[in-house]
Amino acid sequence: MKTNKIIYLDHAATTPLDPRVLEAMQPYFTEDFGNPSSFHSVGMRAKDAVAEARGTVARLLGGHEDEILFTSGGTESDNLAVMGVPRYWHEKNGVLPHVITSAVEHYAVLEPLIAMDRKKEIELTIVGVSREGQISVEEVMSAIKSNTVLISIMTANNEIGTIQPIAELGREILKYRKLHATTFPYLHTDACQATGFLDLNVEKTHVDLLTLNGSKMYGPKGVGVLYVRRGVKVQPMFIGGGQEKNLRSGTENVPGIIGLAKAFELVQAEREVESARLSTLRDRLAQGLLSIPKTILNGHPKERLPNSVNISFIDIEGEAAVLYLDAQGIMVSTGSACASTSLDPSHVILATGLSYEAAHGSIRFTLGHSTTEEDVDFVLRVMPAIVERLRLMSPANLDMKYFA
Amino acid sequence: MQGDVIAKKEDKGWFYTDTVKEHFFHPKNFLEDEAAYGDAYLGMVGSPACGDAMKVYLKIEKDADGLERIKDFKWKTFGCASAIAATSMLSVMVTEHGGMLLEEALKLRPQDIMLRLGGLPARKIHCSVLGDKALRSAVNDYYRKSGQIDKISLEAGRVIDHVLKITDHDIEEAVLEGADTLEKVQARTKVGTGDPSCIPEVENLIRFYKEKYFGA
Ligand code: FES
Repeated sequence: MKTNKIIYLDHAATTPLDPRVLEAMQPYFTEDFGNPSSFHSVGMRAKDAVAEARGTVARLLGGHEDEILFTSGGTESDNLAVMGVPRYWHEKNGVLPHVITSAVEHYAVLEPLIAMDRKKEIELTIVGVSREGQISVEEVMSAIKSNTVLISIMTANNEIGTIQPIAELGREILKYRKLHATTFPYLHTDACQATGFLDLNVEKTHVDLLTLNGSKMYGPKGVGVLYVRRGVKVQPMFIGGGQEKNLRSGTENVPGIIGLAKAFELVQAEREVESARLSTLRDRLAQGLLSIPKTILNGHPKERLPNSVNISFIDIEGEAAVLYLDAQGIMVSTGSACASTSLDPSHVILATGLSYEAAHGSIRFTLGHSTTEEDVDFVLRVMPAIVERLRLMSPANLDMKYFA
Repeated sequence: MQGDVIAKKEDKGWFYTDTVKEHFFHPKNFLEDEAAYGDAYLGMVGSPACGDAMKVYLKIEKDADGLERIKDFKWKTFGCASAIAATSMLSVMVTEHGGMLLEEALKLRPQDIMLRLGGLPARKIHCSVLGDKALRSAVNDYYRKSGQIDKISLEAGRVIDHVLKITDHDIEEAVLEGADTLEKVQARTKVGTGDPSCIPEVENLIRFYKEKYFGA
């Protein structure tokens, strides 16, 4: 059952560039290559193009152009939000700022916050999640203190696909601010994984800061967005030429910015049709995989991204499974400790209350534009044999009652 | 952290050598028929770093000269590609050429397996230690059952931190997990937090195990 076809099911890691995006970017490498800060017409053309891209992103988010910052990607946007807000506030007020986040956030949010907490730059509350990976809005709200400046909760999880009740949280925060006549806390959300699937209009979700990443939306790598609502102050990390309203110095990545705007436009326009198509494939894949004995679905059964299937295959180790799947041309990822540089299993799967063993055997399949029904059926054909073979090699034989 | 037998190409695509891949995709001697090995000598260990586990089933016979040789080595492992490949290779090494002398087998070092595999990525070195330890544990089982109690090498370890009861093995495992400084070892073991007097000794051990496993 050998095939030469590559079945790429790792779209949460990164997406291929949409050819339409490449086309939009192309002129900005060699023809309109100018520096937007220059005062000649070559520079002006680049400046106009960036302005137009900014307008597109603003419109799609339901915000204003002056609220859009272009960055180098999701990590920078997340860092700038979670480090920049408390630092600015601290400098202004001299009081220790308090930040609330969740245990399943991306490391680009968790790591800087944990480091700042350790250095006593902030006070940090990390709320847990349900077995399905969802935060409780009530729990977040009751963690708010007088010095809470920021709440950072992702829109949808990159590992298990669980969608968080961001709009509900946004509404509650708004109520809280009104009641206490304060502008804090702000709400930041990392929406990288949700970009192609959900409505990210900030007027509907009431978020104050929002992270996007070009490389998760069929756009280029190395470019991202941080939406920063008017009035929200962040301390910059890059200091220099004063680009991006002094908040992010450095010559603009013009082709990247053009590409991100184009990609964002395309995925948002096709969002509903693609979500419906992928949901069907997702459910077919999940159902088929769950018919293999000793398997558990990670993430929320319903409130889950249309492209996300994460399954724990008990008694096997994920890295080995990933490599066996790779040999069949199927590209996936795992939450196994063995596959991580730190040798720690997925913090997301552990946060949902599952054991090390379940995190070890977790495999993430994330679907995308290229995914077809044949792809799904091919995975369903080869997976049982791979699991069976690895289980034969494994000394583990855990009772499923521990995973109920 | 760089060692002598680490694959150089770690950052370029597939970081496993062809030999590793061969043993991973076509593992030798893994135990399929457990019932046939009911009377084999059994060794079992867990990996320090990632909570993985391994079982080894040994058959030992005396040769014409009355020397103990490994006649059969079967295994099961819950671990990554490196763990599977390293154990597969170990099983080949101890059973080839009519079976390795028990004495020699006990002298095998993780490095010997890695050399035969053409190297492993640095963070995967601990996986090759797993098979080695399981072999030792199975040999101990043999010594126990054959009445050679004096030969059993107990891996109980020497207590270094008397407050937290941390042994030299705990330090060894931390180093294998990639902790190469006192701070990193402490982050994993808390060694010395209750008994700071042992810290010089801990630092010594870290140097020793780094040298042993990573040649640094
Ligand atoms: S067994 Fe876990 S990393 Fe090799």
